[in-house]
Amino acid sequence: MSDQKKPKRRDFLFTASYAIGAVGVGAAVWPLVDQMNPDSSVKALASTEVDVSSVEAGKSITVLWRGKPVFIKRRTQEEIAEARAVKLEDLKHPEKDEDRAKNPEWLVMLGVCTHLGCVPLSDKGDYNGWFCPCHGSHYDTSGRIRKGPAPTNMEIPKYEFVNDNTIKIG
Amino acid sequence: MSDHNYVPSSKLGKWFNDRLPLLSLSAHLREYPTPKNLNYWWTFGGILTFCLMAQIITGIVLAMHYVAHADLAFDSVEHIMRDVNYGWLIRYFHANGSSMFFLAVYIHIFRSIYYGSYKSPREVIWIIGMIIYFLMMMTAFMGYVLPWGQMSFWAATVITNLFSAVPFIGESITNWLWGGFAVDSPTLTRFYALHYLFPFLILGLVILHIWALHIPGNNNPIGIDVKKPSKDTVPFHPYIVIKDLFALLIFLILFAFFVFYAPNLLGHPDNYIEANPLVTPTHIVPEWYLLPFYAILRSVPDKLLGVIAMFASIFVLVILPWLDTSKIRSAVFRPMYRQFYWILIIDVFLLGYMGAMPAEGTYLLIARVATSYYFIHFLIILPILGRKEKTIPLPLSIAEPVLEDAEKKEFNN
Repeated sequence: MSDQKKPKRRDFLFTASYAIGAVGVGAAVWPLVDQMNPDSSVKALASTEVDVSSVEAGKSITVLWRGKPVFIKRRTQEEIAEARAVKLEDLKHPEKDEDRAKNPEWLVMLGVCTHLGCVPLSDKGDYNGWFCPCHGSHYDTSGRIRKGPAPTNMEIPKYEFVNDNTIKIG
Repeated sequence: MSDHNYVPSSKLGKWFNDRLPLLSLSAHLREYPTPKNLNYWWTFGGILTFCLMAQIITGIVLAMHYVAHADLAFDSVEHIMRDVNYGWLIRYFHANGSSMFFLAVYIHIFRSIYYGSYKSPREVIWIIGMIIYFLMMMTAFMGYVLPWGQMSFWAATVITNLFSAVPFIGESITNWLWGGFAVDSPTLTRFYALHYLFPFLILGLVILHIWALHIPGNNNPIGIDVKKPSKDTVPFHPYIVIKDLFALLIFLILFAFFVFYAPNLLGHPDNYIEANPLVTPTHIVPEWYLLPFYAILRSVPDKLLGVIAMFASIFVLVILPWLDTSKIRSAVFRPMYRQFYWILIIDVFLLGYMGAMPAEGTYLLIARVATSYYFIHFLIILPILGRKEKTIPLPLSIAEPVLEDAEKKEFNN
């Protein structure tokens, strides 16, 4: 139908106009998309301080941080030993317990199942750790995934001991 | 179709119709030739139109009393139930209305699958229908979140977390959807805005769905084209209108039973507990109309693949017109297909049941078999069956099977 045509001045103008138009539309759409991202007031709630002096060995407390539950578990010697005895090759998501709990007595992690976000139940499941009732994921005493659909271990948030009795999360 | 010849009788009508042919449109809708052998499975289009309008009207009324904020939403729903005049009736109608809407849409979809209504030349009607169905699921899900009970909150958490399965950008997507780091007030307000918007998108698509239907006209139980409009069809009004209205009345009896006698039968008691981000209910289950998809999601042991399988189960329906290779539309003339159809129905019910049960042991095994069969039906059985199946000869016309011998001769000539 048409021979090989050389680009003309008009073709250049069309292409340039489309390109500028696309940039303009993109610039107009971005604020409409970005407004859905976490806003400043949500981001401002970045850290929480928790007094853990009343937590006894073998017990845990759950606190809310950025709308998510955080488990703070004071582990017994048996639970620590159990978590440390696990071989890395037995793990779906290999992580050493030493890396997950800097202070072995205290395990601080997001109480959110990495499958679809339910809150696992403590002291349940096949590995004496946590069990997620929604779709049946089992976690061990280090919060590592051992069985079930969850892909990774429960997440360890950024935290630090402000003093012996206070943990700052975030 | 005779609408092009339509001339309004009054002078004013003619003046208006020349400027905006609404009267011609109305005449077309009344005279629209409809196959005269349509059975009651064809009345669900009208029933669905009623359901959509009822949901929109009751929804707008509820929006006048509801407050979309995490601290107030739960109480505002109780306020509607206890304080607002007839609030209980309007809310129960709306909440049960979604179940009735899905009941009708499933019958409508399975009617299409039985009688081959998705086949050429009606593929676009079918695809628009599937988009409507998908939007319905999203609308229903977001509506379910609004009362901000325990099931609302955890349904929102689980469903939005499906997107966290996306590699690399999953977490950014979920944070974007939530407007935070977990489901919270910003999530609730945006779901409310979209729950209000989507029904109007559905309404627009319904208009396109009906428009696309009016190009080739209705399919019918024997699945052959209209040969002689004068013999094979009746005008939509009054014949189909009255029949649709009668079916709607029967449907409304069931609807009213749920609203007045069992308004919470299809819901979950946990949703009368206010949302608590620290405690997940021990057994979370979606509404009944999403259970088969939930079973497919859970039957795959890998998170990402489970999510892909769930979306794929809807996508195979979208491409159904090209998976089913048979030229014969109606299952009436496809003896083998008819049997596979009923096996599929049983399979979908089985998936629904497994979706309501805990995902472990025998339940999980059955769910996996049923999930596999679902895909085998669409991706393997249908393409092969269309080529191999020996079908029953089709009648010459819609009218032929019921005509006298003398008239039959006339047709053969």
